[in-house]
Amino acid sequence: PSIHLSIYLSIYLMTQMSCRDLFSEAVNDTGSTLVRRMEICVAEAEKRSGKNAVNMQETFTVYLIETRPMDAVAEGRNPAPDSLWRRYSEFELLRNYLLVTYPYIVVPPLPEKRAEFVWHKLSADNMDPDFVERRRIGLENFLLRVASHPVLSNDKILHHFLTEHGWKEVVYETGFQAKADSRIRALSATFRVRNPDKRFMEMKHYSDQLQSHTSQLLRARARVADRLYGVYKVHGNYGRVFSEWSAIEKEMGDGLQSAGHHMDAYAASIDDILEEEEHYADQLKEYLFYAEALRAVCRKHELTQFELEMASQDLISKKQQHEELATGIVRTFSFKGMTNKLFGQEAPEQREARIKLLEELIAEGEDTVKEKTVECEEHVERAWVDMQRFKEQKDKDLREALINYAVMQISMCKKGIQMWSNAKECFLKM
Amino acid sequence: MSVGTPRGLASSGQKPIAEILHPLSAAEEPLSVTVNLGGDKEAGLTNGTPVETSSPASTSSLFNRLQLDDDLEADVRDPYAETTETRDLFVTVSDPKKHVSTMETYITYRVSTKTTRVEFDLPEYCVWRRYQDFDWLRTKLEDSQPTHLIPPLPEKFVMKGVVDRFSEEFVETRMKALDKFLKRIADHPVLSFNPHLNAFLTAKDLNKRQGLALLTKVGESVKYVAGGYKLRARPAEFCAMGEYLDTFNQKLGTIDRIAQRILKEQSEYLTELREYGTVYSSWVGLEDELRRPLEGVAGCVTTCCGALEDLGENMSQDFLPVLREYVLYVESMKNVLRKRDQSQAEYEARLEAAILRKQEDRSPMPVEVEKCQDKVECFNADLKADWERWQSNKRQDFKQLLTGMADKNINHYEKCQAAWESLITLLQDKQTEDKTSETN
Repeated sequence: PSIHLSIYLSIYLMTQMSCRDLFSEAVNDTGSTLVRRMEICVAEAEKRSGKNAVNMQETFTVYLIETRPMDAVAEGRNPAPDSLWRRYSEFELLRNYLLVTYPYIVVPPLPEKRAEFVWHKLSADNMDPDFVERRRIGLENFLLRVASHPVLSNDKILHHFLTEHGWKEVVYETGFQAKADSRIRALSATFRVRNPDKRFMEMKHYSDQLQSHTSQLLRARARVADRLYGVYKVHGNYGRVFSEWSAIEKEMGDGLQSAGHHMDAYAASIDDILEEEEHYADQLKEYLFYAEALRAVCRKHELTQFELEMASQDLISKKQQHEELATGIVRTFSFKGMTNKLFGQEAPEQREARIKLLEELIAEGEDTVKEKTVECEEHVERAWVDMQRFKEQKDKDLREALINYAVMQISMCKKGIQMWSNAKECFLKM
Repeated sequence: MSVGTPRGLASSGQKPIAEILHPLSAAEEPLSVTVNLGGDKEAGLTNGTPVETSSPASTSSLFNRLQLDDDLEADVRDPYAETTETRDLFVTVSDPKKHVSTMETYITYRVSTKTTRVEFDLPEYCVWRRYQDFDWLRTKLEDSQPTHLIPPLPEKFVMKGVVDRFSEEFVETRMKALDKFLKRIADHPVLSFNPHLNAFLTAKDLNKRQGLALLTKVGESVKYVAGGYKLRARPAEFCAMGEYLDTFNQKLGTIDRIAQRILKEQSEYLTELREYGTVYSSWVGLEDELRRPLEGVAGCVTTCCGALEDLGENMSQDFLPVLREYVLYVESMKNVLRKRDQSQAEYEARLEAAILRKQEDRSPMPVEVEKCQDKVECFNADLKADWERWQSNKRQDFKQLLTGMADKNINHYEKCQAAWESLITLLQDKQTEDKTSETN
């Protein structure tokens, strides 16, 4: 148990430090990000039970968010941190708000809702302490990423989330839920848009690929972990048989018996090794989910571009109608034109009224097109900046993750050598 | 080399047991023997006479000559060697060759002998033998030396279609086992003087009908009437031997099963690991900055796969066969124990019968009964000595086997560790390279 604790502690510190390092280097030409002004951490997790929305008893986990002003820390004062407890669902609410409010930003993902890519031993249960612990780390990582983002870190709702108990009312007041794009609209845009920005299409393709590779990797890794577990555990059987065998031996007995103990230790060592490797899996999962966020930004572009195209199309057709009415020349087929031909033209007053209406609509339409153009261009501009930022971050993070993975493998090899060397010494004493 | 009182080998002499000290009972004493075989009734062996008087080469010059010999290196490390100065029979099995004829295909092995013993006409021999010949030799030894533990041969039958009898690995494994078999016999103070061994090592064409006469003479006393005689009380030490062998056999079986299970698990792990490596490789094409680390990881995984394959091969080629050999050894030892029991039973039965007759007509103890008693006591003495010897060899064998297993595993991890460490160096170099180019 104490070994477990020290491992968690060291990993916690490791992730803390690596997160901090990343965030302190964060590009922030828009001023200092929140994380520089405030120390944030998700310190603890606790089980709670209470009545849910349908008045049924449920058990859930809450996480303690602690914050402290950075300058106090820097000055060496050690004030007690402000703290509040939040559930996973509240983190989800915050993220959804950010997604809607900043559709041009690749919004950092949350740790997974349910345990996926598990290998057999790992509990898929949300209440499992290991799962809760890794989720705690993941939630902290999420907050740190958001708080160090040049745009997101300035959001007032984020601030409320971190410091105010009554944040939910505030976030609902923003009415963000109404602004959310309908899925159907977004999907329709994907299929019908004519001239999306090529770079965004490439980026969307990239996000698909990234998602595919990370999920393949996670699945393969889980299978490997499962098999490796089996290999190590079978060696434990040597421990038992050596012990039994040593009972009938004279000179060989001691050596065999102690070698057997080392075989037991070897078999047991796989548990910690694979637990540590879960953190590598978590890093991959973060980018699996990040790929989703990247795709969302590209989809938003498709949507804004599509809406612009629709608005432009609409404007053109209205202008054409106006021209027809004004000049009397029918260029395109229209029902009105047909009825005019059959039943005679309408009265001049009616025509005038319709021309006037069209002119108003055209004016509106031109405004709409202007708006949509600005919306589209702004989205493209801002999204492109953030996607570049994301790419740099991803390259750096994944590179470090791969290096850390290599470090873990080395550690595993060293342990293996140690165990077998111990056993060898015992064999030599046989 | 100490010159002690002349001692005879109990099993080949007619002396009463009380006068004989078994040469093997003092295991540390080096043996140097001159042998007069061939019709000598008093086949007493004298211990301690320096060899130079009767053999073509003196011990010391033999030693010197052999120092230059490559074979000596291997034998020096041989756990069966008593001490190099006193061994005068060196046997090696090597050079497997395939023979293809219209009737059959088989492998022959070169059996090389170097010796200073007088029973051998020449100091060196080189003959070619196939498995059948080894099998013949073993049968002959079992029949002519029923009181001794005869080392086992590798398994005779292999399922055609399941195992390739001509694959390099199979032949290599079998050859090592045959080599061990001969070495154990050559190092045995009694078995190494067996005429069948001599024939095996020297005859150009092994006439396998040789020794038939010997077989029928000795066979009688050994080919035992089942259900004829019943054993009254087995001496405790032989009971202990039987129990030990039973338990030991069980443990061997368990270890074999565990080793096979490990091989299976490792093989499945290897399959997944290979797949895992290809996922990294396929990702490379998508990235630019991450290309190197991804390729690097894929490369390391491939290296680990290779190392794992080697480990598996080693275990199945070097570890499992030795275990199986010992299972066969245990089986043949249990047979010898049974024969000992039978021999004791016969003696007891005859003794009882003779005592009854003696009470009736006051005739002296018949010679057969005395002969039986001698037989039993010789058997017991031989067996005890061989047992000690076997225990000692077994300890060496398993020490070597298990240490070897540990070494192979250590080696495997070392290979993997080296691969990952060089990746880190590579990536960190690149990192500093990039940093300096950025600041420039």
